[in-house]
Amino acid sequence: MTGVSKWYGDFQVLRDISLTVEVGEKLVICGPSGSGKSTVVRLLAGLEAHQEGDIHLQGGTMDAQRPGDIGMVFQSFNLFPHLSVLDNLTLGPVKALGLSRAEAEERACAYLDRVRIPEQADKRPAQLSGGQQQRVAIARALCMEPKLMLFDEPTSALDPEMIAEVLEVMEDLAADGMTMICVTHEMGFARRVADRIAFMDAGEIVEIGAPEQAFKAPKSERFALFLDKILKH
Amino acid sequence: MTFRTIALLSSLLLLTACSATSGTWGWYVIDPTTDNGWTNIRFLIRGFTSTIQISVLAAVASIIIGLLVALPAFAQNRWLRLPNRIYVEFIRAIPLLPMLFWVFYGLPVVMRGMGISISIDPFWGAVITLALSDSAFTAEIFRAGIQAVPRGQAEAAQTIGLSRAKAMRYVILPQAVRRILPPLANQFIYIVKMSAFASVIGMQELTRRANELVVTEYRPLEIYTLLILEYLVLVLIISAGVRWLERRMGAGESR
Repeated sequence: MTGVSKWYGDFQVLRDISLTVEVGEKLVICGPSGSGKSTVVRLLAGLEAHQEGDIHLQGGTMDAQRPGDIGMVFQSFNLFPHLSVLDNLTLGPVKALGLSRAEAEERACAYLDRVRIPEQADKRPAQLSGGQQQRVAIARALCMEPKLMLFDEPTSALDPEMIAEVLEVMEDLAADGMTMICVTHEMGFARRVADRIAFMDAGEIVEIGAPEQAFKAPKSERFALFLDKILKH
Repeated sequence: MTFRTIALLSSLLLLTACSATSGTWGWYVIDPTTDNGWTNIRFLIRGFTSTIQISVLAAVASIIIGLLVALPAFAQNRWLRLPNRIYVEFIRAIPLLPMLFWVFYGLPVVMRGMGISISIDPFWGAVITLALSDSAFTAEIFRAGIQAVPRGQAEAAQTIGLSRAKAMRYVILPQAVRRILPPLANQFIYIVKMSAFASVIGMQELTRRANELVVTEYRPLEIYTLLILEYLVLVLIISAGVRWLERRMGAGESR
């Protein structure tokens, strides 16, 4: 991602963002609301267009990606409510990748296992808890066997007791070597998992570096203030 | 429950009518215990066939046309969206009766001018008119239903690699259909009632038969009362059917 800028009308949400993420790297993006952190992830997922700059994935442009190469997990899960959990997982592999029903189901069951809810395959999303729904959403993205996983505040819509189960699944994923970009305020997760943490404010990456250093001695005053606010409670 | 409702409503209707016009009733025209009355009733009731056939065909066609008209409304290209707006605004502005006359008397002339020789009989004239006229409303219902599906659904579909068409087919439409079932049922009931207009181009459906009987029997009050009850029965059956369908489709989804 080099020199990326984006405007909503007259309002500039991203200012000249340049960012490189290595294969296997885990990057956490944090920052106050309106800082543009979600927009960065949504651009990478191809959900929004930018006006200036270039985005490449492993040398190819965004348009050249195989469908599902970039997995995305949303704050509000966005599971398909009219389909069973299993059908949520097999829809992409069957309709976009052309897998047979049997192959897709086998793959779906394997990933449901990995997110630790193999027994919920036949239920509807509405019958699951928030934490379970988000884990299904993660499995749904994994079923496309993506090269990069994006997370847009995956735990912000969850009750506190369900945050841990989702973070554990994400940590497993990180341990398996998945390349991940995660927008989150879970600083414990960032400390345990992230290779680098980026702090965004007003459409800019203000600071980026290893989490240990960043937490101990933030270079910018804005990051220090932000950390102070979210770590206090 | 349905039967009881009908019985209750019909007796109410009759009672008020009776008390308002005491002494002038002549139920003999549709008294099933007399030969003449029974013949008359059978003559009237046979109109159900045409009314139901016209309504069902028009409703099915209206839903298909409506969906085809609604889908371009979601195109990213402004010029693809334009035909949708033109169709809806234009068709919606034409009153049913003039449109019926135009289709029945005018369309064959237009077609002949294009070198296609067709004659439109009253049955198909009614089906085409009702389907066209209603399709503008069906299209708007589809558009509203599709718009009511949260944006996140289309976004999630995109991130698992589905094209816009596939996302519409497998993710958006199934959810939209559930939402638009009640307004679609409304439109179907509307079609059933508007099919009465087919009587003016000579279609022997419920209303036409009632009119013809009135001309020979001179008993408009009794015959039109029965006519109204015939439509009531039809509409109540449709309502019950739709409620059953809604329950079935809503099963397992609480949102």
